[in-house]
Amino acid sequence: MKYFKSLLTLALTLAVFIGLNGKFGSTPPMGKFLSPNQGFWQNEQDENLSSTVQIDGLEDEVTVHYDEHLIPHVFAQNNADLYRAQGFLTAKHRLWQLEFQTFAAGGRLAEIFGEQALDYDRQERRRGMDFGAENALQKMKEDPETLSYIEAYRDGVNSYINQLKPKDYPVEYKLLDYAPEPWSIKKTALLLMYMTKMLAGRESDLEQTNALAKFGKERYDLLYPDFYDVNDPVIPKKTDWSFIDIEMPEAPENESSIDSISLTETIDKPHAQNGSNNWAVSGEKSYSGHPILANDPHLGLNLPAIWFVMQLATPEHNSYGATLPGALGIISGYNNHISWGETNATRDVIDWYKIEFKDDTRKEYKHDGQWKKTTQRIEEIKIRNKETLYDTIIYTHHGPVTYDHNFKGDNAKSGYAMQWVGHIGGNNQRTFLKLNEGKNYDDYLDALKSYTAPAQNFVFASTEGDIALWIQGKFPNKWEGQGKFLLDGSNPKHDWQSFIPQEFNAHTKNPERGFVSSANQHPVDASYPFYVYNDGYETYRNRVINDFFRAKDQFDIQDFKNLQNNNYNLKASELLPYIFDNMETSTLTNDETEILNTIKTWDFYSEIDQLAPSIWETWWTKLYKTVWDEFDADTMALEIPYTYQTIYMLKNHPKDELMDILSTPEKETAKDLFLITFKETAKELTEWRAEHGNYNWGAYKATFVGHLLQALPAFSRFDLHIGGDYNTVNAAAKNHGPSWRMIVEMTSPPTGYGIYPGGQSGNPGSKYYDNFIDRWAVGEYMDLLFMQSEKDTEQIIASQTLTPKQ
Amino acid sequence: MKKNLINFIVTLIIAVILSQFLPWWHVMAAGFISAVFFSLNRAAVFYIPFLAIFIYWTIYAFWLSQANDFILAKKIAVLLPLGGSWFVLLLVTGCIGGIAAGVAALLGKQCRNLVKR
Repeated sequence: MKYFKSLLTLALTLAVFIGLNGKFGSTPPMGKFLSPNQGFWQNEQDENLSSTVQIDGLEDEVTVHYDEHLIPHVFAQNNADLYRAQGFLTAKHRLWQLEFQTFAAGGRLAEIFGEQALDYDRQERRRGMDFGAENALQKMKEDPETLSYIEAYRDGVNSYINQLKPKDYPVEYKLLDYAPEPWSIKKTALLLMYMTKMLAGRESDLEQTNALAKFGKERYDLLYPDFYDVNDPVIPKKTDWSFIDIEMPEAPENESSIDSISLTETIDKPHAQNGSNNWAVSGEKSYSGHPILANDPHLGLNLPAIWFVMQLATPEHNSYGATLPGALGIISGYNNHISWGETNATRDVIDWYKIEFKDDTRKEYKHDGQWKKTTQRIEEIKIRNKETLYDTIIYTHHGPVTYDHNFKGDNAKSGYAMQWVGHIGGNNQRTFLKLNEGKNYDDYLDALKSYTAPAQNFVFASTEGDIALWIQGKFPNKWEGQGKFLLDGSNPKHDWQSFIPQEFNAHTKNPERGFVSSANQHPVDASYPFYVYNDGYETYRNRVINDFFRAKDQFDIQDFKNLQNNNYNLKASELLPYIFDNMETSTLTNDETEILNTIKTWDFYSEIDQLAPSIWETWWTKLYKTVWDEFDADTMALEIPYTYQTIYMLKNHPKDELMDILSTPEKETAKDLFLITFKETAKELTEWRAEHGNYNWGAYKATFVGHLLQALPAFSRFDLHIGGDYNTVNAAAKNHGPSWRMIVEMTSPPTGYGIYPGGQSGNPGSKYYDNFIDRWAVGEYMDLLFMQSEKDTEQIIASQTLTPKQ
Repeated sequence: MKKNLINFIVTLIIAVILSQFLPWWHVMAAGFISAVFFSLNRAAVFYIPFLAIFIYWTIYAFWLSQANDFILAKKIAVLLPLGGSWFVLLLVTGCIGGIAAGVAALLGKQCRNLVKR
């Protein structure tokens, strides 16, 4: 009996130990997590800023001054020290995010989350993320300068990681119960792949193929036109392209008809609302005679924020702006001579090839009338608390066979291979290193030359007075129609034949109109000799921006701020008047009429205190869905036509058969849809009001900035007071929007303004974690402190010296 | 009563010392050791080390957190979820540490009994 009691106590003790030491589901290991000497209580502090830190491998001392926003101003004696310090400081303030993003990029989340992340990991491996990162790394290694800097960055990150004790780990590690691993140069390549996927990973070839099969060519072209009836492209219309004098690839003759695709689902696509604005005005159009440049990339609104702001200086160059944790240098910013910023240059750089294997072994595939050898890449996917999974992915000369009978497909003898510019690899890090050092237009051009992906509209302005915009990336030179739909993997004429020579990429320098701009719209008009079609271009922000700059002769900083925060809803303004003229209103109740009158008096500005934007958003969402109800009924993978063309159809083809709602016996027209969806809208908003109170746009949209761990509420910020929607220049959607607003006037030295929805610290326990968010929401900017000397420490709150290890 | 006080103080001191080297289960080690050497009777075997560690962890955690205006504690109290109250989180923290120490003390007492026989 005594022994029994002892055994029982032993069992109880073990149970308590195991229970408090381990993680169960999403519950953190409570003993570890709550222990004040080891758990999250240790993260309850601001960063330690004023100290001297010894760092392995530094050649000279590096001085780091922090301003009141916790922005580090780094002064190093040479580039290697500078990038080593950048790695160290990024890790110091953003370690968990820095590492987590590369895990997400490379499909390694199952190592952290276990089996629930396995599907995601397999998908990313099959997308060729790791493959692409390896190829990119290879290209970076070919340039000794780039290699030495990414190694310095790596060592800087690792100097920080190595001096950490478990109690110092960022709180997310403690919550998920794992530890940081050493940083490697491949992780810089993975981070760049993460951006490439985010910005150049969207395509709908398989969906388009199905749509073509479903509708036939004529209908298809009406619903999915290559160019809309309006177009205000990035590179102004009527640009002279006569300097382009190469032969264009010819479309193969007698194309066999394309079948629909046997897949019912495709891999996840990047967010449709990834986009950006940038623009610059020349000295003549500027109030001060100095060019002014602006950039605001629209990305997911996350905490820790995607951007980390820094100043990076050596005796040779001095730059300031937004960095990406994991990449070197300033990505969107300025130095003493030039400024630069990016928007996404959406282009079709992913194509799908149908592959026919010789037999079940899949060792050979058909190409050019022969059986050619495939290669295999075995992806090792580690899973927390489970056995490692090995996924064999077949590669052809096109790229990975993403879909096969092991993944979303059902035929052992066929599959779909992906060809992606992201797989080719490129030294895209070099571009940013060179921009940081650039002094003029030629340097900018040289920096851009080697840049492959994700293709960007690089805006430029210099103190010398030049403004420019290059659409830079590596673009396959396609024959008319190539890659819009599924291609035949056995037909060599369907292969990518060549790339557009870099000097023929569309660009504009010091245009007559005195400004350059881009907002993810069509890059060019139809006169550009290379094949470009509508791949989901934005059609509203760009027109508001260009009209703004055509309307006046001169612009100042306040104009720029106003434009970045402009909530004019061009989309609504192009459809609502038509609806008001055509909708039958005799059957409306009093309440419905009141709602209709509210939106009728709207000035089309989506401001937070207005009711009308909420009515519009709800109404449009329902209308858009109802017009294309035919697509819901279909089990094929399809993508519904874009917004602009939908509005075009409503206004120009109101009696088209697509307006009919399949589930009703009546034959509806656009006019009927307006009324039906309006009544639904009124009902929904009335219910919403009963539950939540007034549906003014701010409350109804409820913009939030979510923590990277699926918007963990405790670490996120909700109900932000910001107007606009995805199609306004201030593209603040629910969880998407301007992720870094920057304005730079090219005085000497340049004067910068900027803000982003986050904070410099990645620690949810720091007051610097989210301190920019409220100011960002109301459209305020920080006056950026661009230090010209490390001795000028007037606005500095703390300084730190990084010294070589003795 | 005196025995209780001795055990209380010893548990506390051992826990503070061990916390410098050991992870969170230093409190279990402290509860175990003090029970082996400064044995108590009945319920006191559990609740004296429980109280010692409860007080140690809550005071230590309070001291860390108040210096930062409880910013993180309030967030963790949303996450766990404890209604966003740092105070409740502090009590939970103390209880977790206390239970671990108390249970380990029960085992310590049993071991002492076995050895004595």
